[in-house]
Amino acid sequence: MKIGEPQDHLGHTHIEILEKTANAIRQDIIKMLLEAGSGHSAGPLGMADVFTALYFSVLNHNPKNPKWEDRDRLVLSNGHIAPVLYTTLAHAGYFSREEALGTLRKLNTRLQGHPHVGSLPGIENSGGPLGQGLSQAIGMVLAAHMDSKKYWVYCLLGDGEQDEGQNWEAIMFAGKNKLFNLTAITDRNNIQIDGMTENIMPLEPLREKYESFNWHVLEVDGHNIQEIIDACNEAKAIYEKPVMIIAHTIPGKGVDFMEFDYHWHGKPPKEDEAKMALKEIRTLKGKIISEHE
Amino acid sequence: MNEQNLNPKLFEGEVEQVPTRDGYGQGVVALGEKNPNVVVLTGDLSESTRANMFQEKFPERFIEVGVAEQNMMGIAAGLALSGKIPFVSSYAVFVPGRCWDQLRVSVCYSKANVKVAGAHAGISVGPDGATHQALEDIAIVRCLPNIIVEVPCDALEAKKTTIAIGEYTGPSYFRFHREKTPVITTQDTSFKIGKAEIFREGENVTVVACGPLVYQSLLAAKELEKEGIKAEVINNHTIKPIDKLTLAASAKKTGAVVTVEEHQINGGLGGAVAEVLAENYPVPMERIGMPDSFGESGQPNELLEKYGMSVKKIKEAVKSVLKRKK
Ligand SMILES: [Mg+2]
Repeated sequence: MKIGEPQDHLGHTHIEILEKTANAIRQDIIKMLLEAGSGHSAGPLGMADVFTALYFSVLNHNPKNPKWEDRDRLVLSNGHIAPVLYTTLAHAGYFSREEALGTLRKLNTRLQGHPHVGSLPGIENSGGPLGQGLSQAIGMVLAAHMDSKKYWVYCLLGDGEQDEGQNWEAIMFAGKNKLFNLTAITDRNNIQIDGMTENIMPLEPLREKYESFNWHVLEVDGHNIQEIIDACNEAKAIYEKPVMIIAHTIPGKGVDFMEFDYHWHGKPPKEDEAKMALKEIRTLKGKIISEHE
Repeated sequence: MNEQNLNPKLFEGEVEQVPTRDGYGQGVVALGEKNPNVVVLTGDLSESTRANMFQEKFPERFIEVGVAEQNMMGIAAGLALSGKIPFVSSYAVFVPGRCWDQLRVSVCYSKANVKVAGAHAGISVGPDGATHQALEDIAIVRCLPNIIVEVPCDALEAKKTTIAIGEYTGPSYFRFHREKTPVITTQDTSFKIGKAEIFREGENVTVVACGPLVYQSLLAAKELEKEGIKAEVINNHTIKPIDKLTLAASAKKTGAVVTVEEHQINGGLGGAVAEVLAENYPVPMERIGMPDSFGESGQPNELLEKYGMSVKKIKEAVKSVLKRKK
């Protein structure tokens, strides 16, 4: 498998390798959160498949040259899912797994509780306070247009964070300006800190909202790596509009007692919980369904 | 030295008056000619911020964001992280007022090379009233790490400031004003970010001012001289990083300080100078500025008079601080 080249035809073997990578990333998320003693569990586990698809198939990037000017950019708006970003970057080769698993949230670490651009290779934006990512992604897209660069900008958004008005300012701007080389992905896991999104502040009908702002919308099973890759490729063929991929995910995916439970949004597993979680993830094979199976 | 590097017609009735925002417009155009990475953004305020001067020359590098300052600040951060030098142009009540968190996280924390131009600062905005009179912007920006804060005193200095900020790498905030104000400086007046300029030397008291009120401070000093009081006037255009050496040396020389600004007396220039002097060379001090209050509609001069930022009030503050001098 080559990092950095768009994959048009994917064989089973390739997908299987990616699934194994996603599984290893999930295990590392649990390990790093246990070691850190604080942090978010549900979001990172739910986004492991999307991150794997992006960093191991979709993105044109080079971990040995993180500032390569033609690289695709990935802006993480909901910075609290940093554990999945850090573990994925480590697996991709930006820095060591040892650093990822051992230093998260500790004094003098490069792995801040929420990502800090400049501290760690591979980080494109500082983020945590919600709603700020998409605007920055737009800035990167506009810079590409001015410099006649061909790179693509991806922006990952939480669903709960779309309560923030700034997102809608940015969505309006991107639609108006037909920012075709912008692909946003919403982690539609239906939870936020205080409960279910539809109880806290309903987002539906979400697809229609984006469409009415002149975005092209795709929906995928956020745990089907093949579908995620296909949607990202399809997005590249849409020349008139920015694309929003609504990735339907299960918060805490892969660990039974975390799945769908919003209480796991913002806390790490304790030692016995981590043990159970790791055991489950290791025997996950077959539980995350991809099309090829 | 009595104003030898300043406009020789400074104290004549017909002194030329130009709004400092014109200096901003000229400055970004000059920068745009030199550097293709300079980009200007505005939030539906192209003409009144003078961003339109850049828009006309470089439409391909001009971005209209609409009335959406949070998005504008974020877009600027993304541009800067991609090597551009974006200037965010709006009213100071909106940038930084409407998007402080975006300025804090997307710009300052990331050290994104974003330039924030806050127009229509101060109470001299006048008839628009309190909602549009930015009197807190210096305070809420200067507390942020990684950003510099500039307040040019006239249109010429506003142009110099804009160019200097464009050539400096790092987050920057600068404010300018709507109304025509006297041209105090000349092309030859020295300007350097971080260097306070002594515009008039004196030995009895130091008046530290920023923005167009530097003019009122010079007028006050001239009148005080007739009463035998020699006031040193410092143009403290850089609020952050503040020029501790110049301020402390002047305080040591004169033994009393008055600060003058079109901003709340809490947290602005007066606060910054008080911090420096309390730590380095404490002397009796008085602050001229908005007295912890909102403004209201009125003509600029009426408002400066009513809220105590006039030549008369500066003179009174000088006399008052001199009484406290040991
Ligand atoms: Mg969510």
